[in-house]
Amino acid sequence: MPDSLTTEAAARAAATDGPLLRVEGLKVHFPVMKGVVIQKQVATVKAVDGVSFTLDRGETLGLVGESGCGKSTTGLAILRMLTPTAGRIVFEGEDIATHDKGRMRKVRRRMQMVYQDPYGSLDPRMKVGDIVGEPLVVHGVAGDRAAYRARIAELIRMVGLLPDMAERYPHEFSGGQRQRIGIARALALNPSLIICDEPVSALDVSIQAQVVNLFMELQERLGLAYLFIAHDLSVVRHISNRIAVMYLGRIVEIATRDQLYREPMHPYTQALMAAVPIPDPALEATRPQQIISGEVPSALRPPPGCRFHPRCPRAMDACRTQDPDLRDRGDGRAVACHLHG
Amino acid sequence: MPQHTQAAAGTPLLQVRDLVTTFRTERGKVVAVDHVSFDVAAGETVAIVGESGSGKSVTALSILRLIPNPPGRIEQGEVLFDGRDLLKLDDAAIRAVRGDSIAMIFQEPMSSLNPALTVGMQVGEPVNLHRKVSWARAFERAKELLSKVAIPDAGSRLNSYPHQYSGGMRQRVMIAMALACNPKLIVADEPTTALDVTVQAQILALLKQLTRESSSALILITHDLGVVARYADRVVVMYGGRIVETAPSLDLYARPRHPYTRGLMASIPRLDGDTGSRLVPIEGQPPDLANLPPGCAFAPRCQQATDRCRQERPPLQAVSDRHYKACFLDA
Ligand SMILES: Nc1ncnc2c1ncn2[C@@H]1O[C@H](COP(=O)(O)OP(=O)(O)OP(=O)(O)O)[C@@H](O)[C@H]1O
Ligand SMILES: Nc1ncnc2c1ncn2[C@@H]1O[C@H](COP(=O)(O)OP(=O)(O)OP(=O)(O)O)[C@@H](O)[C@H]1O
Ligand code: SF4
Ligand SMILES: [Mg+2]
Ligand SMILES: [Mg+2]
Repeated sequence: MPDSLTTEAAARAAATDGPLLRVEGLKVHFPVMKGVVIQKQVATVKAVDGVSFTLDRGETLGLVGESGCGKSTTGLAILRMLTPTAGRIVFEGEDIATHDKGRMRKVRRRMQMVYQDPYGSLDPRMKVGDIVGEPLVVHGVAGDRAAYRARIAELIRMVGLLPDMAERYPHEFSGGQRQRIGIARALALNPSLIICDEPVSALDVSIQAQVVNLFMELQERLGLAYLFIAHDLSVVRHISNRIAVMYLGRIVEIATRDQLYREPMHPYTQALMAAVPIPDPALEATRPQQIISGEVPSALRPPPGCRFHPRCPRAMDACRTQDPDLRDRGDGRAVACHLHG
Repeated sequence: MPQHTQAAAGTPLLQVRDLVTTFRTERGKVVAVDHVSFDVAAGETVAIVGESGSGKSVTALSILRLIPNPPGRIEQGEVLFDGRDLLKLDDAAIRAVRGDSIAMIFQEPMSSLNPALTVGMQVGEPVNLHRKVSWARAFERAKELLSKVAIPDAGSRLNSYPHQYSGGMRQRVMIAMALACNPKLIVADEPTTALDVTVQAQILALLKQLTRESSSALILITHDLGVVARYADRVVVMYGGRIVETAPSLDLYARPRHPYTRGLMASIPRLDGDTGSRLVPIEGQPPDLANLPPGCAFAPRCQQATDRCRQERPPLQAVSDRHYKACFLDA
């Protein structure tokens, strides 16, 4: 582990104060078009509809919620792989929400992504070493051949693989190993933030733990911050300092890990936790089973009032007409629910 | 809510004996199910767990004789169901069993539902086919089944097509189809893996409730040890095509005996577990079935493996009443 990396990260940390990332009122709306020759917009999918949160340096924020609630869209918008409809994305002190391609190029070095699919996300025709080193070449920081090779070897070692694996192709590796290759590539440019979109859900249970541990080790060594998107609440709880729960394009609750798991406050968070079985049959036999009915409605037609009200066991009259704000409770937690207004 | 019902005594409903299923692949013959034996009693829920490629689905498909041949072949064994060996039945006789006294629910409802037929026709079909009743009666029954699986407004939804249903509703349709003829055994292969957790909880609770009401047995294939803990009476743990451990759920979780089972339990984070500590992963990679070691399939990843483990294959042996493990260690 050369000192250059840690000192660089430390220098960067000192350069700006405030959180590493501050997202304010982020909206990403997709037009739904109809017609073949003359296209007409017939509706709007409000995939992300007013999301705000902060992420500190070296911190992990878990982002959970059910399919289609806008987790990936949030991540892609922060990376500016999607254009936000509204909102601010302040990263290392700079609002990047409206940056053009040229200005994003510089930011991209410090913000990387690790994908879910360890099979589809690596180019099968490239050697592992070149996959890992490609960002260095693209950003013109590969240096001479010897330096380039040394950096690749260092990255490959950092994720627990052997440097001579650089000469092999992705298909020769298992799912867990491929995910390590994807992580090595994300680390190549010394990012301060990695957005991880379901990084372990495609892996076997016995392999997930290896990769989760690797993420935690790398964070300790490199001071990385993670936005960790996942639907597995047990994994998210294990890795996160704070957790944001999304429902239909909104954050409904955001809290520290212990606050959220000890005492979930939003009825949706409560339902989500109750739905996750605990691997202990003796405990499960006595655990109250509060199963909520229905499914997440389409983002095309979010319900009026509180978006959760059609499924909420505690919905009141106000819930059907008034959309609750995400209200800061002053103790590090914010909840969007009329019960906690 | 009591989740763990007492298994009925007497002869088991299903007895799988020494089942061997193989596939011809480019890399040679793969033994996907390797001398597998287990029982399922009437009214019991048995979970099959194990990692990807360990032979869970092939075991289920072999029971119903749904292995594509070629490349697959059931090479030996017996599948005794209600006193008959399903492997010896002729094609017409096994077809009469499928969808009638044994029903199967697959992971991907979209690929197992016919997109061109209405939901009503698909749910009514097994009734029409196996019960030889009129279509009008079959539709009545379909409507009854759809309301039973909590499809709102079942009557008017009979004429909808699968794509007009959400993922959770399609999975409920699959359950309705499986229940159509009051099967004695339901085989559910990862029935909720593609669904959201709140919907997964709804579907599994429903499946469990319906099997309990009709005292059908359930084989639940999953890789989720939480799901197993919540719903199964007994567990079969597979690794590399073999059963490495089997026990009643309470016993298995309280006293896992096989190093793979122990490793699995230690490697998963729990919603109520310690945080901040490192997980204890199982080092190494899952086995390659085309290239299994001669001894215990888990030996290359096992911390406690001895020379004997690497050379000799451990048989499945009783450690206590109804608890078996395939491991040479005395632990
Ligand atoms: N390019 C797009 N065009 C139109 N709609 C989109 C587009 N991308 C996403 N959506 C819609 O936006 C919503 C949010 O999608 P997103 O992929 O962010 O959800 P997610 O929370 O990541 O879900 P999952 O857990 O299934 O990955 C969904 O309704 C989705 O169908
Ligand atoms: N049609 C087939 N042709 C060749 N090999 C097959 C075929 N079907 C299954 N196999 C092999 O049989 C083995 C067991 O597969 P099986 O589908 O039973 O695994 P599984 O335990 O259900 O895994 P998963 O959790 O991924 O569903 C695998 O190694 C697989 O490659
Ligand atoms: S605002 Fe009302 S409907 Fe929404 S979660 Fe709170 S109680 Fe339920
Ligand atoms: Mg996503
Ligand atoms: Mg399977």
